[in-house]
Amino acid sequence: MIDKSDLWIIIIAMGIGSFGLRFLFLGLVGDREMPPWVLRHLRYTAVAVLPGLVAPLVLWPAATGGQPDPARMAAALVTLGVGYFSKNVLAAIFCGAATLYLGLFFLS
Amino acid sequence: MPSYYDRPTYLRGIRDGMPFILVVAPFALLFGVVATEAGLTVFETMTFSAVVIAGAAQFTALQLMHDNAPTVVVIASALAVNLRMAMYSASLTPHLGALPFWRRAFAAYTLVDQSYALSTLEYEKNPAMTLAQKTSYFFGVITPVLPNWYLWSLIGAMVGQSIPPELALDFAVPITFIAMIGPMLRTGAHVAAAFVSVTCAILFAFLPWNLGLIVAGVAGMMTGAQMELWLDRKTSSEDAS
Repeated sequence: MIDKSDLWIIIIAMGIGSFGLRFLFLGLVGDREMPPWVLRHLRYTAVAVLPGLVAPLVLWPAATGGQPDPARMAAALVTLGVGYFSKNVLAAIFCGAATLYLGLFFLS
Repeated sequence: MPSYYDRPTYLRGIRDGMPFILVVAPFALLFGVVATEAGLTVFETMTFSAVVIAGAAQFTALQLMHDNAPTVVVIASALAVNLRMAMYSASLTPHLGALPFWRRAFAAYTLVDQSYALSTLEYEKNPAMTLAQKTSYFFGVITPVLPNWYLWSLIGAMVGQSIPPELALDFAVPITFIAMIGPMLRTGAHVAAAFVSVTCAILFAFLPWNLGLIVAGVAGMMTGAQMELWLDRKTSSEDAS
């Protein structure tokens, strides 16, 4: 059972901490000029963080107890391919979801 | 007082954000269900969701509390999962940094994976956007997303029963992120950054507190920046010859 006073400490600390992380640069740096080398690194934030965030979720899905799953892997590859070539986020999501359900239906 | 509202761009943001209801709703619902199953009241669940708005960090915290981890470890781990928000914040600063203080504070509160990813994609596609347009797009994206985050957390907390695992809702999150990554891979530098990120995330997955993702993020950013310099030099030396 979760202790209620601990729970509230955790909720409040996570609230302050999460806001602090989100506010860190946007709030404190504002429109001050940043050096070119910093900007050059920031241009790649999205492509450096998001793929790393999803790679373990694709390889070791929690839903299968961490076992690699062919349906989920196929869905990930189709989504990436459609997104890359069509530049259309929605088309990629729908093709990926369709692949996932077809894969789950036929492969398991 | 200058206006930061550009109606067509705001509406475009809403339209682009709309599909993410399909992602946010199941995720919030799931959190509501899991939190009440762990013994949280509806009020505690809702406060948690409204104050933190970070599904992955909230799930991490719940799991560790359930395992009776020390409070400090719970907070540190959950915030480590959220460290990427600091990188997002830094990356949006050149675009939104000129906003007045309170608007920056509000933008920071609503800075989540979806608003960040869609906005950067949009700003990169249209570098000529004005501050008003950039702001309107950002808040447009969040307009359908955030209320649904609250609403579906509440529904989950009130329904409080398991969702059939056959629906494979666990994979809604990876699919939507991958769908956003595809169009972002515009140059060789972007592809290299993403490749290094995936490789490092897998190699360093054994690290505690989600630190593998931070390693992957930093390595990916350095790869992208170095690759950009190298590609620039190659182009200019070809121009010279």
